[in-house]
Amino acid sequence: MVQIVFYLFILLTLGSAFGVLLTRNVLYAAFFLLLTLLGVAGLFVLAGADFLAVSQIMIYVGGVLVLIIFGVMLTHTKDAGQTDFTRPNYVLTRHRGWLWALVVAGGIFSVLYSALVRANFVLFGREPFFESTVDTIGRQLMTEFVVPFEIAGVLLLVALIGASTLAASSRPDR
Amino acid sequence: MLSDFGVILLFIITGLAFVGLVLFVGSLLRPNRPNLEKLTTYESGEEPVGNANIQFNVRFYVVAIIFVLFDVELVFLFPWATVFGQKSLIEETNGLWGWFSLMEMLVFVALLALGLAYAWVKGYLDWVRPQPKIPELKTPVPASLYEKINQKYTTPRPPPY
Repeated sequence: MVQIVFYLFILLTLGSAFGVLLTRNVLYAAFFLLLTLLGVAGLFVLAGADFLAVSQIMIYVGGVLVLIIFGVMLTHTKDAGQTDFTRPNYVLTRHRGWLWALVVAGGIFSVLYSALVRANFVLFGREPFFESTVDTIGRQLMTEFVVPFEIAGVLLLVALIGASTLAASSRPDR
Repeated sequence: MLSDFGVILLFIITGLAFVGLVLFVGSLLRPNRPNLEKLTTYESGEEPVGNANIQFNVRFYVVAIIFVLFDVELVFLFPWATVFGQKSLIEETNGLWGWFSLMEMLVFVALLALGLAYAWVKGYLDWVRPQPKIPELKTPVPASLYEKINQKYTTPRPPPY
């Protein structure tokens, strides 16, 4: 049963990832990315990483994807004339070059693949077990990793100041 | 743990199936008589003009980017909230655990509140209002002359009953 769900999630992830690649409509690509990220969250749950799955949904599906859709909305297109009222408005990409995308994706894939093949996973040989990781993460965060936790706070502060400054510099009133 | 997520998955599947079922049954029952008005893109009653693919105002982006950063903060808050008030941990450390974790989280939240205060003081959160274009008339005729003509040709209103 779990295996069937696992393969269904793989199918969802890969299928919608191909959808991102194949569709010409930028907005559809963003929504296919939503399905991909949801599928990855499901795979995280099946790998026993429940906290990672929830934060994946919260940050990537809830936050980053909204930013991507805002990026589509903020992009200026010149010749968007009057369209038929009764038909969907298509936001089509004209950029169809795949060489650089292939180079970047292939590079990342080869690095990740070589790292994963060489890595020695301790949990690989053991029986799979499922227990909530939130408690462990919280306890570790407050004891062993409390300094990295506060440094993450400083990092978020820097990101907040930098991002809002950059985003506001393009506002028309300043 | 896995069965809890299984319940969530069942809820999602049931929700999707129910939506599909209702739409299917509806398509069997409803009469199908489309016209131009019904097929128009819904714009809260307005007539849709132009293309949806326009450049939106950048003010939304600033708010969205601040939202994402506080989203990340929230992810850190969740595991903290589960262990912060645990009785066994507090009793083992004689109450120190609760104060320590509370202080750590207060420092963490205060750091981000500082960032929010910065964005607020700098005015990044201010809503950009579009400047209204007031039509201007460039004419050598003074306004008082227009007023005179208006008064001359105004028909007196009939008295209200």
